[in-house]
Amino acid sequence: MTTTQTRDDASQDVRPDPARGTPGSGRRPHENRDAYLFLAPYLLLFVAFVIAPFGYGLWISLHEYDYSLPEKPWVGLDNYTGLLDGTSPYAEAFWDSMKATWIFTVLSVPLLLVLPLLVAMVMNEKFRGRNLFRAMYFAPYVLGVAVVAVLWRYLLDSNIGLVNHYLGVLGLPSDTAWLTSQPWAWISLVAVTVWWTLGFNAIIYLAALGEISPDLYEAARMDGANGWQRFVHVTLPGLRPVLLFVTSVTIIASVNMFGQSFLMTQGGPGTETRTAIYQIADTGLTNFNSGDSTAMSMIFSFFLMLVSVLVFFLFRDREPEGNRR
Amino acid sequence: MSTATPTREHDTERPHEDDGGSPARLRRILKYGVLGVLTLLFVSPLLYMLSTAFKTTGDAASPDPQWIPDNPTTGAFEAILGNDGTPVVRWLVNSLVAAGLQSLLIVATAALAGYALARMDFAGKKWVFGIIIGTLFIPPVILLIPNYLITSRIGWLDTLAAVIVPGAAGAFGVFFMRQFFLGIPPELEEAASMDGAGRFRTFVTVVLPLSRPALVTLGMLSFLTNWNDFLWPVYVLFSPESQTLPAGLATLQNANAVRYDLLMAGAVIASAPVLVLYAAAQRFVVEGVSRAGLKG
Repeated sequence: MTTTQTRDDASQDVRPDPARGTPGSGRRPHENRDAYLFLAPYLLLFVAFVIAPFGYGLWISLHEYDYSLPEKPWVGLDNYTGLLDGTSPYAEAFWDSMKATWIFTVLSVPLLLVLPLLVAMVMNEKFRGRNLFRAMYFAPYVLGVAVVAVLWRYLLDSNIGLVNHYLGVLGLPSDTAWLTSQPWAWISLVAVTVWWTLGFNAIIYLAALGEISPDLYEAARMDGANGWQRFVHVTLPGLRPVLLFVTSVTIIASVNMFGQSFLMTQGGPGTETRTAIYQIADTGLTNFNSGDSTAMSMIFSFFLMLVSVLVFFLFRDREPEGNRR
Repeated sequence: MSTATPTREHDTERPHEDDGGSPARLRRILKYGVLGVLTLLFVSPLLYMLSTAFKTTGDAASPDPQWIPDNPTTGAFEAILGNDGTPVVRWLVNSLVAAGLQSLLIVATAALAGYALARMDFAGKKWVFGIIIGTLFIPPVILLIPNYLITSRIGWLDTLAAVIVPGAAGAFGVFFMRQFFLGIPPELEEAASMDGAGRFRTFVTVVLPLSRPALVTLGMLSFLTNWNDFLWPVYVLFSPESQTLPAGLATLQNANAVRYDLLMAGAVIASAPVLVLYAAAQRFVVEGVSRAGLKG
């Protein structure tokens, strides 16, 4: 990262260099220097905000890193063992939040994988207004979680919300406390999340559907395959490349859920919808118990990585139809 | 968008479908039925938000929905815009600046680094690449607390730099640009270097123009990611004038939990400009996202 020689190498490299035909066959002059000059701006960011915090986080998690303590004593693995064996004052809250994250993920991921696919399949034909519909379903994603959550908190208000009003009109119970009682709080959070991000997954599915050759459907029809068989034997295998992507992105997004519950239920009723991320942020950034908080984030990440590996192998080793309903 | 006229191109697969005549029509009705319901679900909440923004406080809290306000007023907007504690327009500008600058920063640094990793042969390349890619698998929450403390130590808390710079360090952009560069044929660059152009000049005059789709896609995705980010801005920005929309709306909601007229007016101010931008660049956005998915 010495910048004594700057980027006027254009003038220095002027000599044509006939020996250099294909790249990779030996180095050009200044190749090391040039490469690191290209890398320097990114590496600066990378070291400062990825590598350094990674090491710093590990270090913090081994200390009693409380904001109010003048010195932060070394405690070894105590922050971890305390959480794991339940002796830490945060243990119960943390595992409750892990459970909440798990519940949300299990409820939301299947819907976020299946519903957008159905929408994409309905839209996978040329028809008038297709782009308009496509744009409309993606719009909530553009608005961002804050607008979406503030809006739905209003619509789901138990006394004056539209949702209860129209349920009443249909003769259904119209006094459901959508955001302050269970299981409705979970149902609301999942539904709003689907509303917010359905378009994102649908667009990716739609693009992938467009890549499947119509000839394959044609051939399947010739063989007498019905709609379901065509779906299982042509559509799903054709989607396989994006399925891993969509599944991982969706799981990661659900596992990291925070804004919806922060804004709509404030983690309630009680702390039942307080997710792991919520708990970690609250412990570290509101109560400034960084040691406990980073230990939590490490344990959380360990589970998340376990899940990621699992998903990866599920998609790698098996035919997609093997593990789908 | 009403009646049939199924259009060209895909007509090739039509004949087989309407072997009954009426099943095809039924299908079409069903399809437009589904599309209609979906549209209702997606559009009506936004329309209701717009309508409530123009209601009086009382009407906004009325259990009988008014799709058209009985007493239309701009009172909520005036109240919000006149309150120094809730400078929504400022939040909007902050959000646009933060998302815009961050995506520029990501595109610039990732394109340079991605190019070095795709095309250059240098000492330590395997290590640099391996470490960068390795961090793609680190859940970002691990970096939350330490990055907060680092940001705080640099003195960036409560400044826009906090929501621009640290978030630009992610590895996705580098990986994305590298993949793209690997896919373009190297002959043009070789021709340029034969002509005596240095690395940087070749990169700027030959490679970048070829990379416009990838740069736009990465920029768009980065913009959307920053725009949608919530956790980080809520904790690193706290004074009203430094907040971005997500953080600001959280503040607005905390201060006015049941003033739905105010909340909806705030939400309208927050969403109208993006929706307009989005309507104009809709194709770009949608295609960018789908391209990223297909690559992934």
